[in-house]
Amino acid sequence: MRKSRFLLTCLVCVAFLAVAVAAGPGAGAAAKTELTFWSWRTEDIDAYAKFIKAFEAKNPGITVKFIPYKNTEYNTILATALQGGTGPDIVQLRSYGGMEALAAAGYLVPLDAGTVPGLAKFPKDLLKGATNRGDGKTYGVPFAIQTIQVIYNRTIFDKLGLKEPATWDEFLKLGAALKAKGYVPLANGGKDGWTFETLFGGVAANFYGGNEFADAVIAGKTTFNDPRFVYALRKMLELRPYMPASFMGVAYTDMQMMFAQEMAAMMIGGSYEIGTFERLNPNLKMGVFAVPGEKAADGGYVGVYVDGSYGINAASKHKEEALRFINFLASAEYGQMFADELSQPSAVPGVKPKHPVLAEMLALAEKRSAPHLMLVGFRFEQPSGSTLLQNDLQGMFSDKLTPEQVAADIQAGLAKWYKPFQK
Amino acid sequence: MDGRHIQPDFGGINVLDRLFRRRIYWLFLAPALIVYTVFMVYPLLSSFGYSFFRWNGYIREGFAGLANYSKVLFESPYSERLIGALKHNVMFFTATFAIQTTFGLFLAVMLNRGGRFLKACQVAYFAPYTLSMVVVGFLWLLLLNPTWGQVNKILAAIGLGRFARPWLGDTATALHTIVLVNAWRWLGFPITVYLAGLQGIPEELHEVARVDGATPWQVFRSVTLPLLAPTIGMVSILTFIYDFNAFEQIFVMQGSSGSPFYSTDVLGTFFYRTAFGDSTTGGEVGQVGLGSAIAVLMFLVVCVASIIGVRLTRRQEVEM
Repeated sequence: MRKSRFLLTCLVCVAFLAVAVAAGPGAGAAAKTELTFWSWRTEDIDAYAKFIKAFEAKNPGITVKFIPYKNTEYNTILATALQGGTGPDIVQLRSYGGMEALAAAGYLVPLDAGTVPGLAKFPKDLLKGATNRGDGKTYGVPFAIQTIQVIYNRTIFDKLGLKEPATWDEFLKLGAALKAKGYVPLANGGKDGWTFETLFGGVAANFYGGNEFADAVIAGKTTFNDPRFVYALRKMLELRPYMPASFMGVAYTDMQMMFAQEMAAMMIGGSYEIGTFERLNPNLKMGVFAVPGEKAADGGYVGVYVDGSYGINAASKHKEEALRFINFLASAEYGQMFADELSQPSAVPGVKPKHPVLAEMLALAEKRSAPHLMLVGFRFEQPSGSTLLQNDLQGMFSDKLTPEQVAADIQAGLAKWYKPFQK
Repeated sequence: MDGRHIQPDFGGINVLDRLFRRRIYWLFLAPALIVYTVFMVYPLLSSFGYSFFRWNGYIREGFAGLANYSKVLFESPYSERLIGALKHNVMFFTATFAIQTTFGLFLAVMLNRGGRFLKACQVAYFAPYTLSMVVVGFLWLLLLNPTWGQVNKILAAIGLGRFARPWLGDTATALHTIVLVNAWRWLGFPITVYLAGLQGIPEELHEVARVDGATPWQVFRSVTLPLLAPTIGMVSILTFIYDFNAFEQIFVMQGSSGSPFYSTDVLGTFFYRTAFGDSTTGGEVGQVGLGSAIAVLMFLVVCVASIIGVRLTRRQEVEM
């Protein structure tokens, strides 16, 4: 008897719980619309709070909640959420291939000059970073471009009486001079494969012949076995003596620390480093120059790419409000705030950064630039050009692969999926 | 209260009562069963299902039959990566197994002698096991850092500076270093289980052997070891399962690309970057079908090897 009564009590409890759970959410309607905004920039929380405040001041009735995730986990978290029909209203999107997969799956709202008038001002090359090659539509408003060049410590250069080099040989001599004085000439290491791709992005275009080779290989008119490409890889190896001792164990954060703490005098890196360097060492005086080519006249390419964009989730329940926020993100006002607050080059046309180093970087890029090859052209399917290049460069710098083998491996890997290479 | 005494008074309810009692175990099983089904059985079956389809990014397209499997098994670069990763898993397990059944067992036998000092040692050996793998990974990442880490500094201080190297960045040493870091954390577990096994062996058996004039080594070899064999077998199977599913430590220390140059790539990292895209390259598309196929292959390897292992251990027990 007691047992059955106990059981009945249990059942009643369970029934009550079920009712309570069912009645829980959905009570009360909010007067304000809250937009959620996902990002991988955990380090920029404060800056985004300011941007959002500026938007909210002009758009009463809309609030925006900025939710950043860990950089390396963001893609997976976002893809899983979108797949499940959830996710944020506003999505920070990777560029090129990372964006394209989400757009092709129908998770994003296509944007054009009709819905986002600001987009009309963006140059075509920049919009490529947010365009699905499949349907030719744009799915995001680019937020930053990044440039790759040499960032150097002006204090050390002045102290040793060193000058910006005009040729590759002068660049190597500069390295030797710095090494003789006990400095690490180049902070670049190899533990994180992707930093090798950045090194490649700063150096290789000078030796494979800039845009001419890039256009040809993207169009499938030549292959990566092209002697120009192999030559560029071989030239990269000439930097090895000027990289840190045990550079294969030097990770990205180590590189940043070495440069910021003035152990290293130069680093081939992206424009996104400036903000971090200044946070790590407010007294740092920086200068920039493009990696020079063999002759003073034929080099000096700066690698350029679109960093990412902002888009709208197709499953968003507040598309109209989201569009208003996106229009704000495409405005010159936002571009200026972005550049000044984050010390990164804004992708919005006409924005002049106040930061002198940043302005100098953009001036260099305007003079001579080449696309960051693997990201712009070959990061759409697996094995991506980036994966192949990063791992193979680790192999090459560890003497496991020759430049010829690296080129052949990249070509064979890409030919698995890159249509122009399959003809 | 005894149900039989109440029977005459509450006959009607008694039928219900009996029905409940016969089926009641379902009620107690239900919570665990539901959780297990939702979080284990369903994902397992669905990834099994995924592996037979073609995928375009995150959209499922047509039925692919065994195409994903043949791609992973026979098509470059996947086949090379698969074989490379499998070799590294085998190496990971063999080295860990060797360390725990020699050094680990030796420590367990020493600790079994008792004493307050040894008790403290036991705690010290077990402590790393209580740390999260992620914490251990970061800790050793700092210690092994070639620029600021203590390991190379200590080597230099004791005059062995020429052995200093980028432990985790050198293709020749990276995997070995990872194995040792893993052993540092893991060893506390086998030692503790061995100790429990050793304490379960009746002291009289050792006594008898000693009275018969056996040397300590003979006692260990002919009495302790055979009686401990089932324990060693079980721990080895657990180690095998753990090592073939290894992922966190390598992901934390080397990223998902098996850096440098695939020298630390294991099935876990190979699966992760194929299924979800390589997070270290930023923005690569995942291949759900291929990833699922790798996951199923991993499951098969671990499952078959574990069944064989358990059978062998049981047979050993029966023989004794």
